[in-house]
Amino acid sequence: MDQLITGLYGIPVVGFVLQFAGYLVAVLPQNASIILQSAVPIALAALCGVMCERSGVVNIGIEGMMLTAAFVGWIVGVVLAPILPADPSPIFGLTPALIIAFVFAVLSAVAVALLHAWLSISVRADQIISGTIINILAAGLTAYLYTIVSQGSPESAGYFPPFVPPSAITSLPVIGWIIAMFFNQGPIAMSLIVIVVGFQIWLFRSRWGLRSRAVGEHPKAAETVGIDVIRLRYMNVLYGGVLAGLAGAYLTMEASNSFQAGMTGGRGFIGLAAMIVGRWTPLGAFGAALLFSSSQSLGQIIKFAPPSGDVGTTLLSIPGQFYDALPYLVTIIVLAGFVGRSIPPAADGQPYEREAAT
Amino acid sequence: MTSSTAPAERSVRSRIWRTAGLPILSILLGLLVGAVVILGSELLLPDHTFDWTLPITAYRALIQGSIGSVNSIINTLVETVPLVLAGLSVALGFKAGLFNIGAQGQFLIGALGAVTVGVAMAGQPPILAISVATLAGFLAGAAWGFIPGILKAVSGAHEVVTTIMLNYIAISVLAWAVSGPLKVPGSPSPITHDVGNAALPILVGSTGHLGILIALGMVAAVSWLLFRTTLGFEIRTVGANPDAARYAGMRPKRLIVLTMSACGALAGLAGACIVLGVTHSMTSAFGTTVGFDAIAVALLARSNPVGVIFSGLLFGAMRAGSGLMQIEAGIPPELIDVVQAMILLFLVIGPVLTRVLRLRGVSGNLGATETITRTYGKEAVS
Repeated sequence: MDQLITGLYGIPVVGFVLQFAGYLVAVLPQNASIILQSAVPIALAALCGVMCERSGVVNIGIEGMMLTAAFVGWIVGVVLAPILPADPSPIFGLTPALIIAFVFAVLSAVAVALLHAWLSISVRADQIISGTIINILAAGLTAYLYTIVSQGSPESAGYFPPFVPPSAITSLPVIGWIIAMFFNQGPIAMSLIVIVVGFQIWLFRSRWGLRSRAVGEHPKAAETVGIDVIRLRYMNVLYGGVLAGLAGAYLTMEASNSFQAGMTGGRGFIGLAAMIVGRWTPLGAFGAALLFSSSQSLGQIIKFAPPSGDVGTTLLSIPGQFYDALPYLVTIIVLAGFVGRSIPPAADGQPYEREAAT
Repeated sequence: MTSSTAPAERSVRSRIWRTAGLPILSILLGLLVGAVVILGSELLLPDHTFDWTLPITAYRALIQGSIGSVNSIINTLVETVPLVLAGLSVALGFKAGLFNIGAQGQFLIGALGAVTVGVAMAGQPPILAISVATLAGFLAGAAWGFIPGILKAVSGAHEVVTTIMLNYIAISVLAWAVSGPLKVPGSPSPITHDVGNAALPILVGSTGHLGILIALGMVAAVSWLLFRTTLGFEIRTVGANPDAARYAGMRPKRLIVLTMSACGALAGLAGACIVLGVTHSMTSAFGTTVGFDAIAVALLARSNPVGVIFSGLLFGAMRAGSGLMQIEAGIPPELIDVVQAMILLFLVIGPVLTRVLRLRGVSGNLGATETITRTYGKEAVS
């Protein structure tokens, strides 16, 4: 077996590709926790997209909702931390300030989602324009307020530290790394898999799911059987706001403890691409998010644990900016290969106009 | 005599009121919200006594810094040039039913193309150096716009996602070029050589460069293209209804690729104007938010090329005056982004505003943006 592998690795070009693949197989499980961590905001954004688009509302403004939640979570923590008692509880080191900040973060994203819902469902504005305006507004307002607040050198309220499972479990052969991947995490990252599976079941096995999908495919037929199209779309965009809020809170309350202007870095849009590649299903979107986050983590992984031999020298000689651009590059390429074969809900992006009673 | 001219005059006035009414109202409301934001943010400022008149101080400084003197007017014009060019890029896209959020990336790559060629031609005669370097920016931007165009035409990948991704890739490309192949050897920080003779000549004052004429020329060129040529007619038809365009024998896919490339070229020209007209060299910190402001410029102008001049002037004036606003009132320039976004928000809720305020004869329509969401997630042409 070893001889076969050495033989295969010796072939030019093909051997290089095989060596690279072998490196990925060896290195990715070790870094599964990191990959899941960078997948969290992308996956939650993708779930927000699934939630909205399944019921027929295109949501380009996820990025803005995330940024709002990220800022609000951070600033509320900064304001409350000096006032409230700071003894962390034994689980996840939660302080009262952090919990309240988290609630406000999610609510702020829901408020932005309400604006998007109103613009796209009631005002019947173009939904992509509406989402773009939300992005511009959130970027401007958070950058403005951050500049003002940071003049007073604010003290962060801290962040949700990760849970550390006993090393006896994480060092188990074969399944150890999977347990580490899902449980060596903070609360938001740990609940992601529950949200994904729960949402998948809810969307395809519940009455709400059936109604949501009906409203996204054929709103008029749905209305005919007594479903309130407008109300259901409003509710689902607000649920989407909760998911985007979790994604934003994750950035400033779990992945780090600070805010930066424009810190979402296009993750909301990568999430939309994950939604399309995942064919508008929660599980598919989660899988695609893992693919994109792997490409995001690759540069980091190669820097810390470069492969041996020619492959290592080649990978290290590629400029760092290439790895910075890699997730965006992978997103474009995968997206271009999937669109057309991945079919959106039929009424996606079309405002619904109730017919007047005669 | 008077009786025959009066109705004509009134109809001209009502037409202006119809198209400009909503934008003007949105601008006023946007500034009003900006004032509220200033008052609200005073509560967050450390060691600050609340001052009711701070918004007035801030807006007075904003006006002073943008049109208060000959110099500041010239600065406004210089700030307006890239906004008009990139605004045209977004507006042209809207006319074809495409949403070019990628103007920012095309702008960066255009600037990179211009500085690369400009540095190489720095010793050549000015006329040759300027025209070749400007053309390089134009073409580099066009190439960056071609990518989302061909992706949409061939695979149906919506330009809203692909252009955003290309914006981030452009940032990386620029960072790599400035710290790698274009870096001045031995320089402690990443910076390119000066463009030398490829710098755009100064026409007025100390900063008013040739780009002002380039921007005006492009407004004329895009107007002519859209409203006086067959190609422009086809672009507008594809924008209004891609299927109808195909039944009429036009080739929507070809038009999508062509229009996205042209959009890229215009945004690239904006980048060339900044790097050849203002900064003359490039650092890794290069890059303003021109490409995103361009969306506001195009929407406020309702995608009309001539309207782009006016909305470009408005936002250019705000950018030019924001420095003085920061000095005199302590308000960060990011306030302009907030005001800009609020103006757009009021524009989008135009139908509601005109109804609530009972403005008769004012169009609440945003214009030329109707088919953008319709093609989302689908093949460009069925």
